[in-house]
Amino acid sequence: MKLTTLLAGTALALGLAGAALAQDKTKAGFIYVGPIGDGGWSYEHNEARLAVEEHFGDKVETVYQESVPEGADAERAMTQMALGGADIIFTTSFGYMDPTINVAAKFPDVKFEHATGYKRSDNVSTYSARFYEGRAVQGHIAGKMTKTNKVGYIGSFPIPEVIRGINSAYIHAKKVNPDVEFSVIWVYTWFDPAKEADAAKALIEQGADVVLQHTDSTAPQAAAQEAGNVITFGQASDMAEYAPMPRVSSIIDNWAPYYIQQVGKVMDGTWESVDTWDGISTGMVKIGEITDAVPADVKEEALAMVEAIGAGEYHPFTGPLNKQDGSAWLAEGEVADDGTLAGMNFYVEGITGEIPQ
Amino acid sequence: MNLDAINWILLLASLMVASTPILLAAIGELVVERAGVLNLGVEGMMITGAICGFAISIETQSAALGFIAAAIAGAAISMLFGLLTQYLLSNQVATGLALTLFGLGLSALLGQGYIGIKGVEVARLHVPLLSDIPVIGPILFRHDLMVYISIAIIAGVWAVLKFTRAGLILRAVGENHDAAHALGYKVVRIRLMAIAFGGACAGLGGAYLSLVRVPQWTEGMTAGAGWIALALVVFASWKPWRVLIGAYLFGGLTVLQLNLQAAGLKVPVEYLSMLPYLITILVLVIMSSGRGRAALNAPAELGRSFHASS
Repeated sequence: MKLTTLLAGTALALGLAGAALAQDKTKAGFIYVGPIGDGGWSYEHNEARLAVEEHFGDKVETVYQESVPEGADAERAMTQMALGGADIIFTTSFGYMDPTINVAAKFPDVKFEHATGYKRSDNVSTYSARFYEGRAVQGHIAGKMTKTNKVGYIGSFPIPEVIRGINSAYIHAKKVNPDVEFSVIWVYTWFDPAKEADAAKALIEQGADVVLQHTDSTAPQAAAQEAGNVITFGQASDMAEYAPMPRVSSIIDNWAPYYIQQVGKVMDGTWESVDTWDGISTGMVKIGEITDAVPADVKEEALAMVEAIGAGEYHPFTGPLNKQDGSAWLAEGEVADDGTLAGMNFYVEGITGEIPQ
Repeated sequence: MNLDAINWILLLASLMVASTPILLAAIGELVVERAGVLNLGVEGMMITGAICGFAISIETQSAALGFIAAAIAGAAISMLFGLLTQYLLSNQVATGLALTLFGLGLSALLGQGYIGIKGVEVARLHVPLLSDIPVIGPILFRHDLMVYISIAIIAGVWAVLKFTRAGLILRAVGENHDAAHALGYKVVRIRLMAIAFGGACAGLGGAYLSLVRVPQWTEGMTAGAGWIALALVVFASWKPWRVLIGAYLFGGLTVLQLNLQAAGLKVPVEYLSMLPYLITILVLVIMSSGRGRAALNAPAELGRSFHASS
């Protein structure tokens, strides 16, 4: 009798203490695909994590794991985090989509946030940024500045997010320079500095004087710098250390406001599964400083485009646009709907080469 | 497709640059394995060399000092492996894997302050007269010094193994450590020296990545090059010149597939990406089909621990 009372008392006390602790701190977990020092994608997600810590101070505790491979191992990492008491877990790469859904099913009380994917459930939100808006600006600058009329593009994986970027950049380069050609190299990795550098060199050796990248490291920037007259754009992060040349501008992913908002919702219990896709207008996509290496008039046009996109007056995918095979896609003045964009698996007319299936 | 778009001269030149890191790491590992030690920590030693070389070159503004520091760092971390496997007789496979993990973590820690910093310029050597020869000049004679040093190391290893007493002793230790011990050779000491050499070479290979090929520091930047170097040693059937051929073949195919993609070759990218590995398998099959000659060539004591009293 005494023993059971004691046990019950202890259990109660422990339970209370646990509850009190849980109420004190909200635990947010982050899974990164690359190292936080990649200077690009994962770096920006980690900056946003730090912003969450700063915003909520003692009320929040964050944990992260970096360089988690996309695939089965990601499930292990997420499960571990959920078991470790995380209340919300941000999984920050496309390849975590199915693992996130699987793990989320096992932990209905934990909220999950998956970046750049398209599968949701009751406790899985998706969020992404309209990087293609920034790509439009890059395409414009690239088309204006290329002298060889060859633009190189380092693609990671042939997924809609990357293909959207290629299309958007191409459309706007073509608009200002009808002779422009795009060469795309698929490297099948988000992060491999040596391979990214080799790809950039191959493009440059074949005459490209603009290199766009959809991979996470700054290695292509270094390769362009060595080559001399080649311009590049910072990807995911500002990569300002390569300004003013070769990096003439950049797309910066600004996740902090979103992360703060979502963690806040978990705290006050208003979190629900949503699909967020924000761009320049809300500041989720920022255009890094356009350097003086860009002629003043081109810079002005680029800034005007940023303004127009931000104000919602201009959509980068505005008709008339045809698909690569020549079939009509968007009529004059028509803008692409989000569904088509989210699942984009075709090139627009004019791009040579095929998307690996 | 437009094959004319590919500048074959530049392609062959960048082939040599792309191959140098794995070439250096592989020739070091070859010596280690010829002494009968299997060190799977190449990746860890490479990345340690990469960050140490980068850091020192930034601090001193000298690429040469960077490379020297990288070699020392690689050798130093390999001594950890040497101590564990040669004196404490730990399992070589497990210790090697641990060394890789340790190296990756350590380098990330050391590299905290060096992310996003531009590397120092590594001068390219224009060999007088020779570099002006059309076609061959730009391909062979306009590289940085390390490319030539790596080839010199291959030649040196070949000559030492084949013609010198030291090479003979090293091979004896790798083929039959008991016999070598009976003859009065210090098996453990010789193996430690081989491990240190392997570590230094791996460190140089890593530094070549961070100082020349990429050139910058990023965490995890070796991205598996160490494992390719390990495979290369088997591919070369423990013969120095074959390491050179293997490395250039592998590096060449990697560069070629990127170039073919950029030129718009109408072949699915997956096949192109597979190419380096496919050819590696193919060559391995062809080589080992010669009645297991390649297998016979493996050092007999590879991976076995030696203890004098046993």
